[in-house]
Amino acid sequence: MHELSLTQSLVEIAEEHARRAGATAIRAITLEVGALSGAIPAALEFAFDVCSKGTLAEGAVLTIRHVAGHGQCSACAAEASGHDLTVVCPVCGALAFELDAGLELRVVELEIA
Amino acid sequence: MCINCGCAPTGTASDRHPHDHPHGHGPAGRTLLVETDLLAKNDRLAAGNRALFRQAGVFVLNLVSSPGSGKTTLLERTLREQGGQLRFAVLEGDQQTSRDADRIAATGVPVRQINTGAGCHLDAHMVGHGVETFDLPRTDILMIENVGNLVCPAGFDLGEDHKVAVLSVTEGEDKPLKYPQMFRAATLLLINKTDLLPHLDFDVERCKGYARQVNPRIEILELSCRSGAGLSAWYAWLEAGVREKREASGVRSEERKS
Repeated sequence: MHELSLTQSLVEIAEEHARRAGATAIRAITLEVGALSGAIPAALEFAFDVCSKGTLAEGAVLTIRHVAGHGQCSACAAEASGHDLTVVCPVCGALAFELDAGLELRVVELEIA
Repeated sequence: MCINCGCAPTGTASDRHPHDHPHGHGPAGRTLLVETDLLAKNDRLAAGNRALFRQAGVFVLNLVSSPGSGKTTLLERTLREQGGQLRFAVLEGDQQTSRDADRIAATGVPVRQINTGAGCHLDAHMVGHGVETFDLPRTDILMIENVGNLVCPAGFDLGEDHKVAVLSVTEGEDKPLKYPQMFRAATLLLINKTDLLPHLDFDVERCKGYARQVNPRIEILELSCRSGAGLSAWYAWLEAGVREKREASGVRSEERKS
């Protein structure tokens, strides 16, 4: 689904940065994908093969770093893993749980030649 | 400048940052720190749209739902009943056909159809071009009817003031838990087709509870476009939004172009 347009953005961002640095090829891309970001890593990998054809990123190794969901409750101050997108605190049950990790969809770094 | 087609639609700032920092051009195999969100480009174009809408003082809503929740019927009735007081424009997003735009055009309101083809959502770039033919300073409300899809449109900011999620009572009250991204992103939830409630097991209060579990601040209105129940609250919500947007934009109503 929308992984295709996310991957098109990934290739655009990578090419833009690589060109600006005078690179002739991109060898590797590191991407951070949060567990609750809504994007499926396998779909991103599949789309990457298609979207990178004919670009500086063709043949690059795509490494996806998984970021687990994590948050804190503003009612009981507990820190906990976040397993869904609700604001229900897994410890005290208040509707006050805010995620601070797990929503990432970020290009971290490139290895260029 | 728009990267997709090279045009300069709405944004004022260039999307290339000033090249004032040194780049090494050393031997092969270097690591470049990028730290850029995948949605950065869409967010930048959305910010351009938002600036344009603010300047024009137009209140912009992004209507999202699964297919068949009644978005187009809601629009038709809203335009017919409020078109006298408020000036509307409508962008219609669908994968194919202009059927929805034809229905809106029949109400006499300016409308543009955007066909996304294989695409599952509208993005800020499509919307930036979609509004080019509208007279925005003479528009009070721009309604963007997104592609019927409860998943993908959630992540793509279009430059709207609010996402409005429409959920019909034939769909099951647990939709907010099953598709939380969308209900987290929405300001307002419209529970639609309430005239059908006597025939269904749909529990309205439970649905509201689920919606608040993913978004405690979400506003919720119940309505039926068939019976007209609840529509006056929806119209009041629209009017308040228009008034607020005008004030925030520094456009007083007597200064509005008529």
